[in-house]
Amino acid sequence: MGEHILSWMTFFPVIGAAVIAFIPSERKEIIKTVAAAAAAVPLILAVQLFVNFDRGTAAFQFVEHYTWIKSFNIEYYMGIDGLSVPMVLLTALLSFLCIIASWNISKATKGYFALFLILEAAMIGVFCALDFFLFYLFWELMLLPMYFLIGIWGGPRREYAAIKFFLYTLAGSVLMLLAMIAFYLNVQDPNTGGHTFNMLFMMDQANHSAWLKATDIRHLLWLGLFIGFAIKVPIFPFHTWLPDAHVEAPTAVSVILAGVLLKMGTYGLLRISYPILPDAAVWFSFTLAIFGAINILYGAYCAMAQTDMKKLVAYSSISHMGYVLLGMSAMTSAGINGAVLQMFNHGTITAMMFLCVGVIYDRAHHREINGFGGLGLQMPLYTSVFSFALFAAIGLPGLSGFVSEAMIFIGVFPVYRTVAIISALGIIIGAAYVLWMLQRVFLGPKNEKYDDLPDISGREMFTLVPIGILVLLLGIYPMPVLDLMKVSLNNLIKVVAG
Amino acid sequence: MELLNLNIPTWSDLGHWIPEAVLVGAFLAGLLGDLIVRGRRPWVPFAISVIGLVTAGSYAVAAMLHADPTAHSIMGRLVVVDGLATFFRLIFIFTGLVTVLFAWTSEEIMGRWRENKGEFYVLTTLMTLAMCVMAEARDLLMLFLSMEGVGLVSYVMAGYMRSTLRSTEASLKYVVFGAVSSAIMLYGLSLLYGMTGSLTFTGIRAGLMAHQPDPFGLLIAAVLILVGMSYKIAAVPFHYWAPDVYEGAPTPVSALFSVGPKAAGFALMIRFFYTVLASGNDPATGSTLIADFNWPLLVAVMSAATMIYANLVALRQTNVKRLLAYSSISHVGYILMGFVLLTGQGLQAVLFYLLVYTFMNLGAFFFVVAVNNHLKSEELEDYVGLGFRAPWAAAMMVVFLSSLAGVPPFAGFVGKLYIFTAVMDRQWFWLVIVAGVNSVIGLYYYYKVVKAMWLTRPAEGADTSPLKLHWLQYTVLGVLTVPTLVLGVYFGQFKALADQAIRLLSTGM
Repeated sequence: MGEHILSWMTFFPVIGAAVIAFIPSERKEIIKTVAAAAAAVPLILAVQLFVNFDRGTAAFQFVEHYTWIKSFNIEYYMGIDGLSVPMVLLTALLSFLCIIASWNISKATKGYFALFLILEAAMIGVFCALDFFLFYLFWELMLLPMYFLIGIWGGPRREYAAIKFFLYTLAGSVLMLLAMIAFYLNVQDPNTGGHTFNMLFMMDQANHSAWLKATDIRHLLWLGLFIGFAIKVPIFPFHTWLPDAHVEAPTAVSVILAGVLLKMGTYGLLRISYPILPDAAVWFSFTLAIFGAINILYGAYCAMAQTDMKKLVAYSSISHMGYVLLGMSAMTSAGINGAVLQMFNHGTITAMMFLCVGVIYDRAHHREINGFGGLGLQMPLYTSVFSFALFAAIGLPGLSGFVSEAMIFIGVFPVYRTVAIISALGIIIGAAYVLWMLQRVFLGPKNEKYDDLPDISGREMFTLVPIGILVLLLGIYPMPVLDLMKVSLNNLIKVVAG
Repeated sequence: MELLNLNIPTWSDLGHWIPEAVLVGAFLAGLLGDLIVRGRRPWVPFAISVIGLVTAGSYAVAAMLHADPTAHSIMGRLVVVDGLATFFRLIFIFTGLVTVLFAWTSEEIMGRWRENKGEFYVLTTLMTLAMCVMAEARDLLMLFLSMEGVGLVSYVMAGYMRSTLRSTEASLKYVVFGAVSSAIMLYGLSLLYGMTGSLTFTGIRAGLMAHQPDPFGLLIAAVLILVGMSYKIAAVPFHYWAPDVYEGAPTPVSALFSVGPKAAGFALMIRFFYTVLASGNDPATGSTLIADFNWPLLVAVMSAATMIYANLVALRQTNVKRLLAYSSISHVGYILMGFVLLTGQGLQAVLFYLLVYTFMNLGAFFFVVAVNNHLKSEELEDYVGLGFRAPWAAAMMVVFLSSLAGVPPFAGFVGKLYIFTAVMDRQWFWLVIVAGVNSVIGLYYYYKVVKAMWLTRPAEGADTSPLKLHWLQYTVLGVLTVPTLVLGVYFGQFKALADQAIRLLSTGM
């Protein structure tokens, strides 16, 4: 597996899904074990990546480069750099834990786990692809399993949420597709002189045609890509699919949605928009900062108004992704490093929060914030784990969220001072909605209705503890992740800001 | 007068017409066989048709692989076997074969109360033959004859369930609209003949180049012919017969209609407009011989109108068959996009799209056939829970519908990608954007079917027993699923076939 480690990571889950398809559907335990094994392999390989990744270079590593469809100049081109490594690690970790967290899925178990594995493959593929066509293929491949995972195993309004998610994302994808074709037609492969989907060639401005060099065209293409990615992030006003999808999806799928899928939007901006259209990125940066600030404040305010725990966490995701946008807009070292670190940290923290909400939902079968009270007495262990996640979300120093948010503000402050100051209000609102929820659910008089709720189980702890350890470690010493991405990101800043 | 100048066919040229000869033989043998068994043993004409189609198909595949660069005129200069004909012949024979196979399991065709079951197979063979000739015609007479040939068989097949009101109505509508469109086209053809004194495509082209006829007259002729052909392919605003006919005809026949005659219409359009009207010595430039008229814009507007109209109407359909009928009209819009500029790249994209479309659209219609056998319904509300009653077939239906919607990694996406690329290469941005928006609309109604099958929980007391499909149905659906999947990720070789077909399109002689 050493040679083609990225391909193995991407396609091993597909093999697992194929195996599951041939297991009789009554053998649920076997299906679940196979799924866990199929998701464990990418995780093990991810550890191998983490160990062997060369932190000293901005070049792509573990590259696999083959001709795929010659007549259309499509290549099978996989490789990772400092930007993609944290995302690949996050995806492998969360996918495995989510499979464990889905152990109690009893309806159509076979289909659930097969689709989940295909979803994992598509996500890892997106973060590894260096050929635009390949990237687009993985990007879209994700939609289908996600549609079914929300639509079949979701909550009461799942049909609506599933198709809304699909339509929104597809609308964005169509814009991305048109931009992709425009790049294909107007970027020259320096070796053959033909068209190309190779992202590295696209990043080299010398390969751009005269048409593509026109400022208006570049701005237009940037906007097309931006809307495509913005829907995924999601950036206000393209966010309305998110609360629906997150709330209706089963717990593990919400974790994947918030933990990995949202990152694809910002990843796409940094992987494709920034290096291919750097001048347009600079042109747009202030607007992006404004969008970031709106996301932070709007998401936080909406979160405060929610009475459903899951919806609250969903809106908090919108708010936290705003910090990522803000950091990206600054184009300073601290800003971008902080943004990517925030992508990783939000992935872990929000995963913990969704898992915790899932725990209580499995027991009480509702998520009304006002329907509990005094749970701290009934479920002390659960209370401490959930509080830990919530404090991490607020950005309590010592936990990982603080580091990335601090870096983002350090990066943004010198560039867009006013926007940074306004955005900082988001932290206060964040603390308000989180603490208020904490108080209503866990403190106060004990609700006698829930006298017989069992505390968090061993399997549930198994999914939460590894993430919790990561959150704590990266809060004290974030260098393991920062080291991975530093060189690549600083190189990106050099490309964009000159 | 060229007509008198008929060459005596030589055996060597006729050798390139073996598939057609086999189809003629199978048609006659099937007819005779059905007579001998007096329509009581439908398997006789069925077997003869299958054998005939398979034999013709193998010859057609061999011809395709041979990639003969020279074009062969047959029957004087009436028809020509070149790259384009070789390509389309395969699509038609494949369509005919799978239709025959699937019809064998269809209650609508083989139900106990049906009479003359054998005729269906004989007619399908005849229709396949006529479609092949449509793709080969290079003479106005042959063009008209072959189109009428396909038309006549279609009228009969649409009314196949003659005891059903719906089916009879479909047939009658088809006859009336077909006759009108033929008359309009014939008028255009006669104008062309009057201007140039020639019946062959190349003769007409030479005449147009030599005499420089009145551009307005030429425009009228070209538009009339376009109208006639637009009826055949069901492009807006000449589409309105299609949904009623598709809904009323037996579903296997609708499947055949939505692919076969449509592809044949496109083959004819490509050959006619590419060899007759594309300007200059280099047809790749993309403009036409009609002076001072923006021909591409006309086709582009038609394409956009077709996509928008069909997709919007499809949104409201609650009958799956009718939904698929509108979907197949909307696909005409996408295909017309590649036809706008009459460039080699655009036409190659059209051919590839038609290839992909054949698999996915037949698959979707056949699923409706298979379900209809059990549910006796095509209403969306009756599809609820099908995903759990027939999981494998419903999963294949998801593949077909996703491919029709143009979602990667399925073949339909690649077809769209090629068309979009060809159109964007000529800077027709508004058309691509219209098509992009329509793709999103398309997804919504295709997924209405998916939603019904998988997402919606059946009402209390609804029948949730598993459906047992015929093994032949699983086989045919599987045969259609494989290319729908494979062409989505590995399409280089197949695109090369489409490219070769256009490269070897005979414009000379």
